[in-house]
Amino acid sequence: MRERIAVAGVAESDLGKVPGKTAIQLAAEASRAALADAGLQKSDVDGLFTFGFGAMGAVQFGEYLRIQPRYSDSNYMGGSTPVAFIGHAAAAISAGLCSVALIAYGSTQASDGSRRLGGHAEDPRLPGSQYERPFGIPLPLGAYALAATRHTAVYGTTSEQLAEIAVATRRWAQLNPVAMMREPITVQDVLSSRLIASPLRLLDCCLVTDGGGAVVLTTRERARDLKKPLVAVLGVAETHTHQIISQMADITVTGAALTGPRAFAMAGLKPDDVDVAEIYDSFTITVLLTLEDLGFCKKGEGGLFVSAQRTAPGGPFPMNTQGGGLSYCHPGVFGIFTLIEGVRQLRGECGARQVKEARVALCHGTGGALSSSGTALLGRI
Amino acid sequence: MPKPLPQPDAESREFWEDVKARRLMLQRCRACGRFRFYPRAVCPHCLSGDFERVTASGKGSLYSFTVCHRPAAEAFAADVPYVVALVDLDEGVRLMSNLIGCPPGQARVGMHVEVVFEDASPDITLYKFTPAGSSSSVEGLLMMR
Repeated sequence: MRERIAVAGVAESDLGKVPGKTAIQLAAEASRAALADAGLQKSDVDGLFTFGFGAMGAVQFGEYLRIQPRYSDSNYMGGSTPVAFIGHAAAAISAGLCSVALIAYGSTQASDGSRRLGGHAEDPRLPGSQYERPFGIPLPLGAYALAATRHTAVYGTTSEQLAEIAVATRRWAQLNPVAMMREPITVQDVLSSRLIASPLRLLDCCLVTDGGGAVVLTTRERARDLKKPLVAVLGVAETHTHQIISQMADITVTGAALTGPRAFAMAGLKPDDVDVAEIYDSFTITVLLTLEDLGFCKKGEGGLFVSAQRTAPGGPFPMNTQGGGLSYCHPGVFGIFTLIEGVRQLRGECGARQVKEARVALCHGTGGALSSSGTALLGRI
Repeated sequence: MPKPLPQPDAESREFWEDVKARRLMLQRCRACGRFRFYPRAVCPHCLSGDFERVTASGKGSLYSFTVCHRPAAEAFAADVPYVVALVDLDEGVRLMSNLIGCPPGQARVGMHVEVVFEDASPDITLYKFTPAGSSSSVEGLLMMR
């Protein structure tokens, strides 16, 4: 797969609070913009990758836009899904099963008020309903809080270190005109924000917004003749380890410990080769665990790695450069936005927040209760 | 809305009936000998359908915890702050529960805990955990409620 598949187009929809639009509309509008970005037509799309519009997400979306695909994928594994779709789409294109893949996503969770700590309404007989919900765990937040407590106890990670991530991410958001939260914050602001589920505080948590996004993939040959600079898929990997947090073997080690090494091996790269990292930040602890698991530092050293604003603008490790789920937007499945920003950084389209000479971007998604992971390495070639 | 309670199904009915009878029972695979939680008909280690049910010691240690200052749902609002815990039982399985019978600020990763049973409805009893050595007094308080 290496360098044979390219990302031809990316786009966001309207973001923030968008009460006048539906989720599928946001996905459709993002798709229209991503196809325009690529210089492709709707009629070129023959692979459809989406979810969330009923149990048959891609089928519903295909109907809405009148796309009859040759390849259809309604897989859903939480926030990492769009990153995993990069692998699915690349495999399908490589196998000749489709030639232009559209990954689409839309959500109106903020306008709907559907993001509640009780978690989504689910079949009461599912294991989570029987063995976790009765104990009052706020979800997904509580699962991540459990991981943070354990990481703190085992490795001495501090709330100040977690706060460094929120502060650095906000500094990136200040450079992004469409980021929701752009007021500067300090470590002390994070530490004095409201305690939600110890040790996580309000400013350790992502935003709740509406929004959508889309990504178009095709072969490298076809992409070379399109509008935008060529961004290739260098490596990709996905996994899931559990659904509910009480079934996770070691809550300080995520599936990124598998997807990171596999994606790097496929790309023939190592963590040092990454110029810009877009790491799923549902919560500050999500980032910290993921950085360790991907191999940017050793397990337990994530706190030190993010200290002294190392991930902020101008720092040695540019991360979550659009402002992340913590400060830019978070409609529930943030993975699509890690891809969109990674591609834009590699194309050099990011203006004030542009990372100089970005050649390799790592985009990583995390879903559920640290349940699923997807890693994509993209490169300007 | 009342607190969400488990709705026992074909794979969990015996387990919840035992909890109601104040017994925490674990499945142990007869083919590979490993304990598992939650109860299920197929061994997640070796796929065997042959298992026995063993009374757990009810003792374990706190693998992790979080003190919830925002309730998961309105039904939990009166309990704030409450402790959601992951407990590693001595048998080698992990489960989620609540730590009760001690101030939330005294929860520590690694602390020894033991099971107590708290009736949640006429049909459902939940297993909860208290610091080791305190279960009989905590259980007494729960009975008086």
